[in-house]
Amino acid sequence: MATWLPLVGVAVVAVGFLIRLNPMLVVLLAALGAGLGAGFPILKVVAALGHAFNENRYVTLIWLILPVIGLLERHGLQERARQRIARLKGATTGRLLLVYMMLRQATAALGLVALGGHPQMVRPMVAPMAEGAAEARLGVLPDKVRHLIRAHAAGVDNIGVFFGEDIFIAVGSILLIHGVLQGAGIEVDPLKLSGWAAPSAAAALIVHGARLLRLDRKLARQVAEARAANRTSLEAQEAP
Amino acid sequence: MIRLGAAYLTMGLLLAAYALLGALDRGKPNRWRDSLFFALLAASFLIGDRLGDLVNGLLVIGLVALAAIGRRAPTVRAAGDEPLRLAGALRYKDRLFLLALITPAVALGGAVLLKGARIGSQPLFDPKQITVISLALGVVIAFLASLIVLRERPVRGVQEGRRLMESVGWAAILPQMLAALGAVFALAGVGHSVAVLLGQVLPVDNRFAVVCAYTCGMALFTVMVGNAFAAFPVMTAAIGLPLIVQRFHGDPAIMGAIGMLSGFCGTLLTPMAANFNLVPVALLELPDRWAVIRAQAPTALVMLAVNTGLMYALVFRF
Repeated sequence: MATWLPLVGVAVVAVGFLIRLNPMLVVLLAALGAGLGAGFPILKVVAALGHAFNENRYVTLIWLILPVIGLLERHGLQERARQRIARLKGATTGRLLLVYMMLRQATAALGLVALGGHPQMVRPMVAPMAEGAAEARLGVLPDKVRHLIRAHAAGVDNIGVFFGEDIFIAVGSILLIHGVLQGAGIEVDPLKLSGWAAPSAAAALIVHGARLLRLDRKLARQVAEARAANRTSLEAQEAP
Repeated sequence: MIRLGAAYLTMGLLLAAYALLGALDRGKPNRWRDSLFFALLAASFLIGDRLGDLVNGLLVIGLVALAAIGRRAPTVRAAGDEPLRLAGALRYKDRLFLLALITPAVALGGAVLLKGARIGSQPLFDPKQITVISLALGVVIAFLASLIVLRERPVRGVQEGRRLMESVGWAAILPQMLAALGAVFALAGVGHSVAVLLGQVLPVDNRFAVVCAYTCGMALFTVMVGNAFAAFPVMTAAIGLPLIVQRFHGDPAIMGAIGMLSGFCGTLLTPMAANFNLVPVALLELPDRWAVIRAQAPTALVMLAVNTGLMYALVFRF
């Protein structure tokens, strides 16, 4: 068997995403590609996929939360989040997201990774607050701007947790690094590992923080552009 | 010892309810497809352990087929709901936040406090699954509290959950699918193939090139498989240990810590990391599948350069 054959699976992933196939289909084809490439019979590949799917059901349990979020949204959670932030003087989308990122990073560094996430925090609270802050300053938002704000709200949650959790010693990634090095006969102190993650964590805060503070200007510009485009198209309609 | 069984049972029953209520919802587009999708998933949660690997595999193929046909319907919110939402915001005020924070708070408290809970010498909860068990516990408490405070019937909560779950659609199980794909990749020896190929092409006499290959390799492999944890053992065995540590006597702790964070830069860039990059797209109703990745990309690329620079500056010095 050629060494490179299992890499068919990786190639399927790359091509599948590039030609915008349905991601679920991409995963299935990639699993088949890798398994067949490794020389397994097809039924064995299907069974291996089924076994792994069953073992990983806990990943999907997060969606248990949707009835709670749905009930709270039905009674105005998002509206409340918007009103709350609109009344806060000096609150802008960028500053708000920066504060959330710092909180997320700090709590993750203390090992509190569960205190965040897209279904629990971003959709019901962070994103509406970020939109509310922009609405308070810029008025009604075009959809494009609204979507950009939401994408950034999702992004800060990710960046905050990624560059925070490695500072905590008992987190999965530190344990994995420790385990891999131990497997190679190298003993390292987990505290040392988490210490050396700190410079990158600080850099991430600076880099992304600077981008967030510039986001406010970008939003204002996009809103102005959308309004100007609207106006010209109206004038064009009126002109004979 | 309490394991995941109770949480799986709850999830299975909830999904079965989505399937049933969806089938009864006559006005809904694609109602049979969505209903069947939830029914299959409910079966996986309720009886997955008794189905056997091959049947589970066929179940996965069924889910994929249902996901691949037709488009996801956009979320429909009944227009009449808006007065209710505005009235609720005025009436319940910040109590809504408190209710929303119950789940993370219990998940957190559970993970910290329940870890040591014991009956006799037996741990009360399975320590490996304590986070997920606490999350499920938090959801149940938050659900009951919300029903009481908001004076709603449980079926309303299930309907609201179904509405949201339908708008997320198949993206909800994509992270689980990708986790399963990772396991199949490991079985097929994908990591080993990458390590062998890399070993053949790498220049080995230049420190900076080696550090670059390690950090960028971590990011690139993470982009391909969607998980820095899968990339780390492969890249470390292929480049990190033989070249950075053994040949150039770099510090393994610095290499490992910054290497892992380089992988995380890759996580920010790839649709394969579905739970971070694609699930929020569905959840926040964004039209562009790449929207979250686009927002993260500049930071990810700058941080990859920073990590490479930091590792080069530090790893040979300590």
